[in-house]
Amino acid sequence: MSVDATLSFEEAMEKYDPVLGFEVHVELNTKTKMFSSAPNVFGDEPNTNVNEVDLGMPGVLPVVNKTAVESSIKIGLALNCKIAETCRFARKNYFYPDTPKNFQTSQYDEPIAYDGYLDIELEDGTVFRVEIERAHMEEDAGKLTHMGGAAGRIQGADYSLVDYNRSGVPLVEIVTKPIEGAGSRAPELAKAYVAAVREIVKNLGVSDAKMERGNVRCDANVSLRPHGRERFGIRSETKNVNSLRAVEHAVRYEIQRHAAVLDSGEPVIQETRHWHEDTRSTTSGRPKSDADDYRYFPEPDLVPVVASREWVEELRATLPEPPAERRKRLKEAWGYSDLEFRDVVNAGVMDSIEETIAAGASADVARKWWMGEIVGRAKVADVDPSELGVTPQVIVELNKLVEDGKINNKMATQVLDGVLAGEGTPAEIVEKRGLAVVSDDGPLLEAIDAALAAQPDVAEKIRGGKVQAIGAIVGGVMKATRGQADAGRVRELILEKLGVEG
Amino acid sequence: MTELKNELIRHSAADLAAKLASREVTAVEVTQAHLDRIADVDGQVNAFLHVNSEEALAVAAEVDAARAAGGAAAGELHALAGVPIAVKDLIVTIGQPTTAGSKILEGWHSPYDATVVKKLRAAKMPILGKTNLDEFAMGSSTEHSAYGPTRNPWDLDRIPGGSGGGSAAAVAAFEAPLALGTDTGGSIRQPGAVTGTVGVKPTYGAVSRYGAIAMASSLDQIGPVSRTVLDSALLQEVIGGHDPFDSTSLTDPFNDLVAAARVGNVAGMKIGIVKELHGEGYQAGVENRFNESLQLLKDAGAEIVEVSCPNLKYALGAYYLIMPSEVSSNLAKFDGVRFGMRVLPKDGPMTIERVMGATRAAGFGDEVKRRIILGTYALSAGYYDAYYGSAQKVRTLIQRDFDAAFARADVLISPTAPTTAFKLGEKLDDPLAMYLNDVATIPANLAGIPGLSLPGGLADEDGLPVGIQLLAPARQDARLYRVGAVLESMLEEKWGGPMLAQAPELKSASTTAGGSN
Repeated sequence: MSVDATLSFEEAMEKYDPVLGFEVHVELNTKTKMFSSAPNVFGDEPNTNVNEVDLGMPGVLPVVNKTAVESSIKIGLALNCKIAETCRFARKNYFYPDTPKNFQTSQYDEPIAYDGYLDIELEDGTVFRVEIERAHMEEDAGKLTHMGGAAGRIQGADYSLVDYNRSGVPLVEIVTKPIEGAGSRAPELAKAYVAAVREIVKNLGVSDAKMERGNVRCDANVSLRPHGRERFGIRSETKNVNSLRAVEHAVRYEIQRHAAVLDSGEPVIQETRHWHEDTRSTTSGRPKSDADDYRYFPEPDLVPVVASREWVEELRATLPEPPAERRKRLKEAWGYSDLEFRDVVNAGVMDSIEETIAAGASADVARKWWMGEIVGRAKVADVDPSELGVTPQVIVELNKLVEDGKINNKMATQVLDGVLAGEGTPAEIVEKRGLAVVSDDGPLLEAIDAALAAQPDVAEKIRGGKVQAIGAIVGGVMKATRGQADAGRVRELILEKLGVEG
Repeated sequence: MTELKNELIRHSAADLAAKLASREVTAVEVTQAHLDRIADVDGQVNAFLHVNSEEALAVAAEVDAARAAGGAAAGELHALAGVPIAVKDLIVTIGQPTTAGSKILEGWHSPYDATVVKKLRAAKMPILGKTNLDEFAMGSSTEHSAYGPTRNPWDLDRIPGGSGGGSAAAVAAFEAPLALGTDTGGSIRQPGAVTGTVGVKPTYGAVSRYGAIAMASSLDQIGPVSRTVLDSALLQEVIGGHDPFDSTSLTDPFNDLVAAARVGNVAGMKIGIVKELHGEGYQAGVENRFNESLQLLKDAGAEIVEVSCPNLKYALGAYYLIMPSEVSSNLAKFDGVRFGMRVLPKDGPMTIERVMGATRAAGFGDEVKRRIILGTYALSAGYYDAYYGSAQKVRTLIQRDFDAAFARADVLISPTAPTTAFKLGEKLDDPLAMYLNDVATIPANLAGIPGLSLPGGLADEDGLPVGIQLLAPARQDARLYRVGAVLESMLEEKWGGPMLAQAPELKSASTTAGGSN
């Protein structure tokens, strides 16, 4: 495998203007497949979630999954698309063993959704509008595993195994119009676009949206043209880039590779490319021309899908708030700074904070607990913060114990550990561990007397008005009470005792 | 005993049903009589690719047991329970091989039943076996079967029509009282015409296609084959109705067919002669019998009107673009990967493409390859609009022609086929001549309307059966049965009995060399 020459990204940007295009395939999480009643489940034993339809046995006919159509319309609406009143399926004819019928039932010139857009917010807040050409319904192919030979490729393999469990899983393919004007932010935009699509379908509840499982798969088209030229350059299509980071890297790599090819005076070859995460580079796939002849024709076994305006409006009414709008609304409502909010989003605890606030905590308290305590523990446990086992109610309860002076902050973190260890509710743990703050002033006053006696010079300073010196006395009291005293109350009592205004 | 059996096989399905219901005969007797007949004559006819004796007798025994038990078990039996039936080998069945008449499926057993087969099983109709056909239903003579041609019981040197020659010949030879066929361009009706049997292509969507191996999805339709119009009505009511497994199946119940076959008059009905579907190109003896039927209908009080469907002249051309286009895609699944025959390339690298290629080269016959190539070409980029696109427009024009014709007539009438049965081998090397056989039947498939062929007498010049075709608007299948039954009874009155009574006796296997299969 020869290594392609690349230019530095900066040099590539100096010389050329990138144009992007994306085809994102979203696997829907319907109970059954697109055209059959076989279960749509990931990860089962190979070739168990199949029936005669998925295997393309002689005589079978497809039947459209209504839920899949609903999900497709929802995706179309969320992408600000128009929804076709009627649309048809078409057959895309090609011979390949992962496609049991040797044609894929897809949509061709009549997609269910078309002419939409998505506003993508980049990290610095810049908003970039990506135009959506279409979103169409189709079925997934089976999964081929090539055995023997190198790198799991079909070339040189001894034999190939086919798992048809994925065959017929409902897909929505979202195709952008050519994206111009991204400039050096193209790689970042690529990642942000795919992230936005993934977030939308997850938010709609129509897909599990796990890229590592192939629920969301991206084919990234890249071409370069000299600055100022209108005509697009020749594009490459990097297939199945299956993580957000990889999307960014693949686009960046292809820009650098194209630039080197163009610099050498050679034409870019129109082809598919394979992304390799290990080398962070692409290699040549198969040539792809616009004249690839799939002999599309309308699927005669299916009647047109009719989406009445009433139905579309009913579905529109069920759509959740778009993620970007929701973020904007929550940031304002919570009063977080840009940085605070971005940290919350990046830590993946926005939903949890929202729930905690709904359970009765203030925005600051919720953020303090999630960002300050739970995210770190989740990282250690290697789970999502929301899956650590802390409910919003626990946080509200913990916070109330602190606010009521029953425990102090230090104790609260111990109680949290107790909750995570399954020792019970916060109140039970306070009780069991004997963590209650010493609130009887008697023992405190004794401790204060002792502390003042031990540091007479400090006591003198405080009497003299240097209230900030009080920390040493408070510290002494806390030490004597093994941290069980309420530091605030201790401070009050010291000042009272010394007759100083706080 | 032989005489009794011989008598049993000559009854219509309706008569057999009555005799079974009155317990005059048992289902096992009826089924065994037909199995014996198959053993006796099918060596000459070759209507069956598979005989399903054991299962058929077991089902018959179940029916007899239910009848003997009486009460609810007997009461729940379908009217046709115990009446045996043959199934075209394009329709998949659990427990029997399904070949589609092709080598590529030799030995393949379907893991599921076609919807129509499920319905036959629910009605407890014993399935006698699977009948011969042109490979993947492509042909008009059954000569394109990979398992040898079926012969016409009227003259064993002649073709029984196609593609459903096996079903038609089985019924004509009294090997089965009923059979299922499939009709894409005439594959039920044209064999019916040349074997002197009744064949019906229902409205597109009236019978589920689930489990009929697709030839051309937008044209295919399963339908009944029988010796009487009433029998076809009875059978269509068994197999018809909406099927959630076939998106193109209609929700209409089509449960008025038997009643229509029993109405018994056509007075005041308007029957339209389609100008473009008779005359030039039609054999004289066919025209004569056609005119005779017109006169009978007029005598019965029908009004005969002439209608014109000018776009029918493009029907054959449009059909031979749409049908092969769909064929090229529908038959792509036969690639040796998941089922059926697999042939490895003799030399060179062993790639999936080459295995698929070798399998298809060895597994498909010439006519199938011809149509796959034609359809692949017609769908190709740059040709799609001119070929497939234009053909679909013609299809719309033909539908409009029929709409206009049915505004003037309740039912249309024509000869079913332009000629009587031709000799085996006569047109095998001339595909275009073969295709012309379906010129009168293809329009109904393009328009999705129902068509029925019934025996119209024997041509004077060769003494061979002539078929009369009736056409009705979509969803009006009942009209076919009403008019067909009246015409049938008038013709039989004229002949002094069923036309098949005039067919030559087939020699019994016990007196011929070769024996049965």
